[in-house]
Amino acid sequence: MTTETTATRTAAETPAPGVRVIGSGASLWSRVPWTLIIFVFACAVPWIGSRYNAFLAEQIAIDALFAVSLNLLLGTTGLVSFGHVAYFGVGAYVCGILMKTYSLPFVIAFPAAGLGAAAFALVSGYFCVRLIKLYFAMLTLAFSQIIWAIAYKWNDVTGGDNGLPEIPFPNMDWMNSLPLVGDLKTADRFYLLSILLIAMSLAIVHRIIRSPFGRVLTTIRDNPERAAFIGVNVRLYQLAAFVVAGTFAGFAGALYGIFSRGVFADYVFWSKSAEVLIMTILGGMDYFWGPPVGALALVWLNQEITDYTEYWPFVLGTILLVLLFAFPGGILGGLDALWSRARRVRRA
Amino acid sequence: MAPSFLFSQFMGGLTTAMFLFLIASGLSLVFGIMRVINFAHGSFYMLGAYLAWQGVQWFHPTGVGFWAASLFAAVAVGVLGAVVERLFFRSLYGREELYQLLFTYALVLILGDVAKFIWGTQQLSVSTPPVLVGSVQIFGSTQPFYNLFMMVIGPAIALAGWLVLNRSGVGRLVRAAQMDREMLDALGANVGTVYTGMFVVSSFLAGLSGALVTPIQSIVPGMDVLIIVQAFIVVVIGGMGSLWGTFWGSVIYGEVLSFGILIFPGFSLFSVFALMAVILIVRPWGLFGRPL
Repeated sequence: MTTETTATRTAAETPAPGVRVIGSGASLWSRVPWTLIIFVFACAVPWIGSRYNAFLAEQIAIDALFAVSLNLLLGTTGLVSFGHVAYFGVGAYVCGILMKTYSLPFVIAFPAAGLGAAAFALVSGYFCVRLIKLYFAMLTLAFSQIIWAIAYKWNDVTGGDNGLPEIPFPNMDWMNSLPLVGDLKTADRFYLLSILLIAMSLAIVHRIIRSPFGRVLTTIRDNPERAAFIGVNVRLYQLAAFVVAGTFAGFAGALYGIFSRGVFADYVFWSKSAEVLIMTILGGMDYFWGPPVGALALVWLNQEITDYTEYWPFVLGTILLVLLFAFPGGILGGLDALWSRARRVRRA
Repeated sequence: MAPSFLFSQFMGGLTTAMFLFLIASGLSLVFGIMRVINFAHGSFYMLGAYLAWQGVQWFHPTGVGFWAASLFAAVAVGVLGAVVERLFFRSLYGREELYQLLFTYALVLILGDVAKFIWGTQQLSVSTPPVLVGSVQIFGSTQPFYNLFMMVIGPAIALAGWLVLNRSGVGRLVRAAQMDREMLDALGANVGTVYTGMFVVSSFLAGLSGALVTPIQSIVPGMDVLIIVQAFIVVVIGGMGSLWGTFWGSVIYGEVLSFGILIFPGFSLFSVFALMAVILIVRPWGLFGRPL
């Protein structure tokens, strides 16, 4: 029973390590600097779109970073975490508490959020990586619920049930002197700051996945036993991946707290972990850009559908069913299959 | 502290424990055999509660309304369980556990909205059946009859479950499926039916516990995701797939919650989560379970 459900995947199923690129064989397509184009486009949103567009774009970007950090565990290392929202929440609360209660500047609060999340990931991860598969998922869920219980009940620090409303925006007066940016409102300035920080974070995660360290993580995902045989300290690497993933989730949480003007215990409830898992799977967990695509698709769909009906969870559940049974590779997995089929037809 | 106060805390914990045991036993059953956490178990519980309320509206004039409604709710949810297992779950055996977990989560989303669509978002409540109205004084603390009834039902179900699992032919099949599915299949037993049967029993128990909880708790949307975490903790503490483990797990949960309030006011919720984390760290298979 257990052997057939094993998470190890054979090399034949996932030929490329960790990060796959759609249509990587097509030269013209792959020479276009897509990442740069997307970044420039994202930065231009406050000028070319409405405030509402920028609001959506920021939500997508933050969710994208959160999902990418989860995918470092899920797609790259092969660890199914069902409590990733804990680190997002720790980041949001650390940043929120430092900025609101202690009036510290963003320059201190933001790195502190990452550090706080990393520290909690180190402690909880130390125990989690000792367990395998379902037990790992359950212990991560348990830790995230501990954070939820603290957030919900520790009124003096976290605001308990009421949360921490009205977290101040960072001081962005330094932008005054910049051309174009000087005329923007605070929310749009924070949008630019977030996009910048998220782009940098994504670049770092991308670099980590492509590094020798990332390759070892992929090896562990594909076959932990063999990785151990060639001398890899599997638990240590898994723990390192866990801490890195936690750190970036913490950054995403810190931005989200300021973006949504408050931090509430609801952010840390276990169902949020399921939502970010859905984003990751929806985009395609075998691809670096899978989670961002999933975030884009879900946030956009949510906006479109909630205009017509209040039953968004029903729609999301149905999407998830279709995904699980028909497109387990997610959006990018489906596109990739289409692409390679088209190429094969063209060659024949 | 007065002994009568301690006793009433103890009984309060025990009442919580018996409700949780009813819910968690089904969750543990499905985990034991299918090795998957069924998040939708909480949704089945919620549907049981709503269906019981609906049943009470229909059967009220007959006088045995509550009992008929509870049975109706449990059977209906059991049938739903059979449909879910046959149509969907079946094709996910052998897939990665991530997909199985997310499938049960998809059910949580869908069933939650279906309940909202049919019964709306306002609180619903069911009155205690006439036979069990009232209370009795034990050691100076007031114990409602309904709570005492639950304290009989809980152990009765544990005992019945244990008898079926350990002293009957069906139970032998179930235990065999738990140990080695392929071997049982190869020996000619109909493993598919065993799986469906277990899922139905589990859903039936979820529906029944949802129905039985209605006289003491109001029915609200969101009760599904709240209860599933509690049931999950109980199962983790006691040991996945172990019936007695689940029983003692619920007793420990109930009492820790009940006495935790006295020791750290406001943090008893934290204490049960911490207890679960400690048990997962020290003995991932739970107090009474066996390592996989």
